[in-house]
Amino acid sequence: MIALERRAAPSRFWAYLTPPLAVLLTMAAGAVLFAMLGKDPVAAIRTIFWDPLFHPQFAAYSRPQLLVKAAPLILIAIGLSLGFRAGVWNIGAEGQYIMGAIAGAGVALAFYPMDAWFIFPLMVIAGLLGGWAWAMIPGILRVRFNTSDILVSLLLVYVAQHFLALMAVGLMRNPDGGGFPGSRNLQHYPAAANPELFPGTGMHWGVIAAFIAVIFAYILLTRHLRGFQIRVTGAAPRAARFAGVSPGRMVLFCFGISGALAGVAGLFEVSGPSGQISINFHAGYGFTAIIVAFLGRLHPIGILLAGLLLALTYIGGELAQFMLDLPAAAIQTFQGMLLFFLLALDVLTNFRLRIGKRAPV
Amino acid sequence: MNASDMLLSVRGISKAYPGVIANDDVSFDVVGGEIHALLGENGAGKSTLVKTIYGLIRPDAGEMLLHGAPFAPATPNEARAAGVAMVFQHFSLFEALSVAENVALGMQDPPPMRQLAARIREKSELYGLPLSPDRRVGDLSAGERQRVEIIRCLLEDPRLLIMDEPTSVLTPQEVDILFQTLRKLAENGTAILYISHKLKEITALCDRATILRRGRVVGHCTPRDVSESKMAELMVGSAVQVPSRRRNAPGAELLRVSGLSLPPATIFGTALQGISLALRSGEIIGIGGIAGNGQDELLAALSGERLSAPGTITLEGRDIARSGPTARRALGLLSAPEERLGHAAAPDMSLTENAMLTAAHRQKLMARGFLRWNAARDFARRIIADFDVRTPGPDVPARALSGGNLQKFVIGREVLQRPRVFVVNQPTWGVDAAAAAAIRQALLDLASAGAAVICISQDLDELMEIADHFAVLNEGRLSAPRPTDGLSIEDIGLMMGGAKDMEAAHVA
Repeated sequence: MIALERRAAPSRFWAYLTPPLAVLLTMAAGAVLFAMLGKDPVAAIRTIFWDPLFHPQFAAYSRPQLLVKAAPLILIAIGLSLGFRAGVWNIGAEGQYIMGAIAGAGVALAFYPMDAWFIFPLMVIAGLLGGWAWAMIPGILRVRFNTSDILVSLLLVYVAQHFLALMAVGLMRNPDGGGFPGSRNLQHYPAAANPELFPGTGMHWGVIAAFIAVIFAYILLTRHLRGFQIRVTGAAPRAARFAGVSPGRMVLFCFGISGALAGVAGLFEVSGPSGQISINFHAGYGFTAIIVAFLGRLHPIGILLAGLLLALTYIGGELAQFMLDLPAAAIQTFQGMLLFFLLALDVLTNFRLRIGKRAPV
Repeated sequence: MNASDMLLSVRGISKAYPGVIANDDVSFDVVGGEIHALLGENGAGKSTLVKTIYGLIRPDAGEMLLHGAPFAPATPNEARAAGVAMVFQHFSLFEALSVAENVALGMQDPPPMRQLAARIREKSELYGLPLSPDRRVGDLSAGERQRVEIIRCLLEDPRLLIMDEPTSVLTPQEVDILFQTLRKLAENGTAILYISHKLKEITALCDRATILRRGRVVGHCTPRDVSESKMAELMVGSAVQVPSRRRNAPGAELLRVSGLSLPPATIFGTALQGISLALRSGEIIGIGGIAGNGQDELLAALSGERLSAPGTITLEGRDIARSGPTARRALGLLSAPEERLGHAAAPDMSLTENAMLTAAHRQKLMARGFLRWNAARDFARRIIADFDVRTPGPDVPARALSGGNLQKFVIGREVLQRPRVFVVNQPTWGVDAAAAAAIRQALLDLASAGAAVICISQDLDELMEIADHFAVLNEGRLSAPRPTDGLSIEDIGLMMGGAKDMEAAHVA
């Protein structure tokens, strides 16, 4: 008989060990999956995890992509992790990402073709505000009417996606684009572009913002009263209230900061790597960032590492599609399995397994 | 006694957990029809021992004999089948269900509801435990809920009934009823293993006592023949200090509550209705009453967790009714709620972090929003040292501490911040005798130093010991405070209201 016995205190050992173990188990399960698809499992795993960084031919292209993909994941995950720590479940970062991009791109398109130094900073502010405002909807609804933050924030993603499509074929459509959906390419509008800062590195303003967000979150959580309040709220809501934390204000703060960071991630994407508002602008970063946040143990440094790893699966997945003809869905399955194994193994952090012996109650 | 009377014989039971030996070679006997006390401080190993007897814990070593035959229950079901029943300190009842439905839920093979209700009525009349099978448990008092648990056990006609700290939630009258029931049960041949650290109860009720200290049996005695102080000494290992009390000349008015009313926060909560009281410097007011009559709500209203109408609470003339906990702390109104884990302290956070929880502003553990963790750790160390908190250090999580030690920490955290007014709910609940004395002394010292204290407690002896005035919370209303001098325990029982239930009680 196998029994689970609650640990007196969460195991630090398992807390650190579960993320790498989950990655290994995902690789193993992924290999089985790929084998069942009739692909060489070893080659597939190598294509996903090794080739993007070290392949003599492709690495030069895909290595810079690592930062490009990791930046939005890290930015969004940092914001989400603050809420998750406080028991605020913003699942709708994807929508806030889209709305931030639309708001930022809207500013750029409104000023087009003017050339002024303040346009890009203004776009950044618009991106922050766009994501913030979209996140305030589930936040305020939860505080005022006690709605489910999970449901409302998630469903607003689909609203945002439709709004994006509307913008791409309507208001923001490129007047010189021959009727094709999609806005002007901001890469070609220097005052609004978010270019690669150092050639061949993938480094753009969003990457810098992601690093700043990591440091900011780290200091907030370890040194600042607000970060402490976030942790107490998550660990013991009644104790937080006793200590003077207003639960409503905490919900709004968490939604606000995660929405703003998702929004600004969208802005850096639309003005940089993606370049334009288009129907398929969204790439699922908002959802993958949830995996990043948990894989990183909701810890800023962990999120930095997890963001890079998940970015690798994006790039490796594309490479595997192209090299081994793996279906695109396989890589999403892969990312999903990662979260699944992580959450399953997390049980070991709080419980110990007892086999054969009855656990005392 | 002769061998044939022997009901349960515990021989050399030992049980160790990582870092602590809960039971160390414990042996004692229970004779049929006796009320046997298991006496010891919190953490002495009483609970582990009875859980072993009840089949919840398997011992590392030792054996038990029931009716002379080996007895090693692997589950509570096996123990019940062998005639051992237990009433826990914490009830496991569903508030939304009726008494009979709750009893049926605990049975392997429940009879039809009407038949069950009849049996519940029969048992309750036989043992003088007034209880209607049709009432909803959510509407019952703590004492009545306990009766549900007792009846549930009695329906199985146990040979041995284990009662774990049964009086901690009862009014004096309810305690009397319980004792009569237990005596009646014993007369009918059921042995009772009665766990407590309250010496008065044990002297009044029990035939024999086994005293545990730190997992070991340190003595057996006949409570009627031994003085309470002797038993206390055995239990604690040294003589207990009785708090010294000095009457303080009351000073200026510090806190005034006038017409404080609040709707309940949840459906099972209690509404506060028109509460008024005035508190002067140097004064301790004791607030008694059965749990669930608005104690938690009153503390929340005073601590600032819930805000009330403007003007209902003033501190030194300043209206604080609309100020939150942080603002009230800054002004000197500190509090310590009853629930230690999860309310007064965050279980998974370290003692340092828990020190930060309420002391950030007042102890200047913070500068412009940034936290000074070293200062917080020093403050936590000071609490640990000054209040004799037994812990390896300030970095252990709160939930690793025993209830009594955490309580000392929580009280110490507030007392060391030198409050002007200190509100505390159940300051010594589940705390051992020595620690309880230390906590009471700390409250008295606070008052001597010019603070005012509101002590909400279910322990009437405690309130009589420290309070200058006594009032009772009943269904969210506060009685007019009366001086404690010259107040008898009977007066208090009447003030506590519950009388309407009590008069129906009689032993058939």
